[in-house]
Amino acid sequence: MPVAFDEMNGVDGRIRPAYSQLSAWLNEIRPDELDFRRREAEVLFRRIGITFAVYGEADATERLIPFDVIPRILAGNEWRTLTRGLEQRVRAINAYIKDVYGKRECLRAGVIPEDLVFQNPVFRPEMNGQKVPHDIYVHVAGIDIVRVDADTFYVLEDNARTPSGVSYMLENREIMLRLFPELFSRHRVAPVDNYPDELLATLQSVAPVGAAADPTVVLLTPGIYNSAYYEHSFLADKLGVELVEGRDLFVKGEVVYMRTTQGAKRVDVIYRRIDDDFLDPLAFRPDSILGVPGLMAAYQAGNVTLANAVGTGVADDKAVYSYMPDIVKFFLGEEPILKNVPTWRCREEEHLAYVLDNIEQLVVKEVHGSGGYGMLIGPAADKASIDIFRSKLKTHPKNFIAQPTLALSTCPTCVDSGVAPRHVDLRPFVLTGRDKIRIVPGGLTRVAMKAGSLVVNSSQGGGTKDTWVLDG
Amino acid sequence: MLSRTADNLYWLARYVERAEYLARILEATQRLTSLPIAYIGETNEWESALATAGCAHAFFAMYDEANEENVTDFLAFSTANPSSIRSCFEVARTNARAVRTALTMEMWDAINGTWLELKRFGNGPTSREELSRFLRWVQESSLRFDGSAYRTMLRNDSYWFSRLGLYQERADNTARILDVKYHLLLPANEHVGGPLDYFQWAAILRSVSALTSYHWVYRDNVKPWLVADLLILKEEMPRSLASCYENLVRYLDAIAVAYGRQGPAQRLARGVRTRLQNTKMEDIFQNGLHEFIQEFIADNNRIGATITQQYLA
Repeated sequence: MPVAFDEMNGVDGRIRPAYSQLSAWLNEIRPDELDFRRREAEVLFRRIGITFAVYGEADATERLIPFDVIPRILAGNEWRTLTRGLEQRVRAINAYIKDVYGKRECLRAGVIPEDLVFQNPVFRPEMNGQKVPHDIYVHVAGIDIVRVDADTFYVLEDNARTPSGVSYMLENREIMLRLFPELFSRHRVAPVDNYPDELLATLQSVAPVGAAADPTVVLLTPGIYNSAYYEHSFLADKLGVELVEGRDLFVKGEVVYMRTTQGAKRVDVIYRRIDDDFLDPLAFRPDSILGVPGLMAAYQAGNVTLANAVGTGVADDKAVYSYMPDIVKFFLGEEPILKNVPTWRCREEEHLAYVLDNIEQLVVKEVHGSGGYGMLIGPAADKASIDIFRSKLKTHPKNFIAQPTLALSTCPTCVDSGVAPRHVDLRPFVLTGRDKIRIVPGGLTRVAMKAGSLVVNSSQGGGTKDTWVLDG
Repeated sequence: MLSRTADNLYWLARYVERAEYLARILEATQRLTSLPIAYIGETNEWESALATAGCAHAFFAMYDEANEENVTDFLAFSTANPSSIRSCFEVARTNARAVRTALTMEMWDAINGTWLELKRFGNGPTSREELSRFLRWVQESSLRFDGSAYRTMLRNDSYWFSRLGLYQERADNTARILDVKYHLLLPANEHVGGPLDYFQWAAILRSVSALTSYHWVYRDNVKPWLVADLLILKEEMPRSLASCYENLVRYLDAIAVAYGRQGPAQRLARGVRTRLQNTKMEDIFQNGLHEFIQEFIADNNRIGATITQQYLA
């Protein structure tokens, strides 16, 4: 595995310009001071209640995500390139989903194999020929980005269903402002705290055509036992919209209403943080108690906007991912600004053969997996797990893709032994409204807290950092 | 506002109030049972504490004997008792989490802080000193929550619904003490009272934090019929039935004005308040103190159900 690119020290140990102030500050601050602030941050997070639930852990139903107090810094010009790339990617994703449920030109042109779409469990036949307000499917996208050297950013994953993590982006910044005012005074950091306003503007802009000038927006949560519940309540609060559960809504005459202390109130836009499967027991899983009976009918009648739209999963599957550069070219006629990680599709014979021969060097991922589950990191795996994956690959090749083990960039991180480099990724949030695309400068930086680890997922011990976009 | 949000706010306030009340009951009982038997008689005060808390039935399904250890555990720490202090705080915090957007930061901090601190007490204190500290802490937590609500909430329906929960719970609690102890409060000619009951009366006043108030209001030593008067009819006494209903009517009216519509909850509550305003203690004794209290408890429950039907469901 090649040596990782460090975002502060580069490859040759010369401090990169964006990090000059931070590096100086790290040299000045006493280690015990840093440790003290770290503990202070933890107390703040605990008190505010920024916790998440880990599925399958009975004793720790509410845990903190480790927060690293050293910010991750992006220079202004790096961010500008990222922004252009992200906008392009999301425009292509929207065009692609519209096409899949509409004219299907990309399938006819052979840009993407039909079975990948039609046999995909997240493909929603209910959406065939269905018009969605203003042709926007993915209103909120979380595009995961990794970096391998000074110039190369890869898209690692497109999250086009219900991406989460934005509350950490916002809270991390608030905590940093409280803990390190002097560090901010040495930098000019682009603000992120307008995200809720941008999100609200986006959601209001996509209300159904007939809705009132001041449309009613709600945030639909599965409830307090969901792992991202804190984020749901946090966002509803910042947006100034009601945080509703399925039981708070009902449908009458294909119109959605919420139950209030003053009777029924019509709902125009639902920012739903609940999966397609659970939206409506009449249309999808009949055993869902989280959803709203009749919601899909109201949606199909055009009386309510769902953000994101139903069926956007056809764009964030890992097998579809590998076609994304072609999708960008096909729909926009442009070269992709952001590259994909080179990907072997095990559904293709030569690719599978290559993967089986080189599995020790590769990362193998389940096509429908997420959160770092169902994944094999070849160089770190023991022989037994490799054998298991080999046989899985042979029986269900279509379920897997493989990628080279990337040397993800590292950032200085506060660990037990002091400050040390740790691998990071970045999830910026891309908002698509009727009028324009909005991206606040920054995103959620996730960091693998264990030395050498490449797994940044919070469900597996990853932490977060504040992400600073600087001037210039 | 969402009906579910209003419902959560209402119950959040009720549970915090209940936790405080349970702490007071335990404190008063502990004090009473520390006296020599010659001062309080042969009654089982722990059993009476259970009755006052309204959960004697559930208790005896789990235990055979009502003694200090069992009752304290059941009322304060048991997870099997849905109304124990611990359960109250757990439910209150769950409700608070569900309506975070309707709480101020201070309120959330108060209830979440309490919930975090609750773990410090583990499965119950190991000594009487620790138990005392715990009971004081419960009351302080409730004061902090109530104070932060009072000082930081917008005066809109969120606030009003949480106040409704508080006053309904408080009225119910005061009425239940009266229900269990009414025989001690009858006028002298009906009850062979004596110095034996003095400490009982004091304990009743203590459990609603009214001992000092009593002296200020009546400038007299503790007399049972005056205790009844204080807890039922005195509007200046914050835990009296009259004061609770004055507030219930006020906040129900605020809601009705804001929503532009009066309903059955307003009418029922006004009826109860009018009765409390127009009644004299002599009449109550005449017609039966016990009957009066039981009727009140039934009315209070009916109003709770009506509020639920009208706004919270």
